[in-house]
Amino acid sequence: MILSQFIILGAALFSLGVYGVLTRRNAVLVLLSVELMLAAVNINFVAFDVFLRDSIAGGQIFSLFVIAVAAAEVGIGLAIVLLIFRNRQSANVDELDLMKL
Amino acid sequence: MTDWITSPENWAFVLIAVPMVFAAFRAVTSPNVVHSVLFLVVALAASAALFLLLGAEFVAWTVVLVYIGAIIVLFLFGIMITRAPLGVETELSHSNQTKLGAAIVSGALFALITVTTIQGFGDAEVTASPTRTVEIGESIFQRFVIPFEVVSVVLLAALIGGIVLARRDPVEGDEAERSAMGSAQSANLTAEGGEA
Repeated sequence: MILSQFIILGAALFSLGVYGVLTRRNAVLVLLSVELMLAAVNINFVAFDVFLRDSIAGGQIFSLFVIAVAAAEVGIGLAIVLLIFRNRQSANVDELDLMKL
Repeated sequence: MTDWITSPENWAFVLIAVPMVFAAFRAVTSPNVVHSVLFLVVALAASAALFLLLGAEFVAWTVVLVYIGAIIVLFLFGIMITRAPLGVETELSHSNQTKLGAAIVSGALFALITVTTIQGFGDAEVTASPTRTVEIGESIFQRFVIPFEVVSVVLLAALIGGIVLARRDPVEGDEAERSAMGSAQSANLTAEGGEA
């Protein structure tokens, strides 16, 4: 196995996540695309950790931290989406135009 | 390149990577919300398989437990509570013009990362060796104990923030009593169900 194949796969996943964030209208699906980007970051962390043979496994531990922060982010994100839905009866990001003149 | 093809590890990699990219693509383009979440499950399971291939067993099973077990369920709850259109719906994504722009941006990003990766690392070899969980444990509680504690504070903040944001503001009368008695979350869920 070569290192590049993992990084390129991570790049493909990250690009798809960016595409999803930019194209989705539903806020829940935008959060889902962000999860895809975080999964790509995890692949990079673990691949570099194994590549560098880190004696303290720093890459793997930071991928665990990324997973924990992702869980927190989804919890808060969905709470905010829920609040917006309750106030505006819509979870579409393009209808949240309160700051538009 | 012929060496690359003959290695069984690389067959396993291709077998994992192709469904993964397909599932990720469907997750961001599927017109059905629930299908989109289920395709995310496939992509995350493939990433767990990739971690197993690299010998990172603890991270692989953490992904299965936390992502597939908990975060996906949270997403499904979010979809149900916000009553996102469950059937086939074309309005889930932006217009074709936005899609074109997004495709250009993400394609350029992918090309940039690919070119710099190949220039930077070439064909540097990765040899997978299993990382034992005891190594992870020793490292996390010795070298990385302060980040670990910070992450637990982040999770606590997220817990409190989630409850504060998602709970319904108590109004006068029995509504206030009910939400004061029951936990904020369960009162919130029953109120949500009653409204529907």
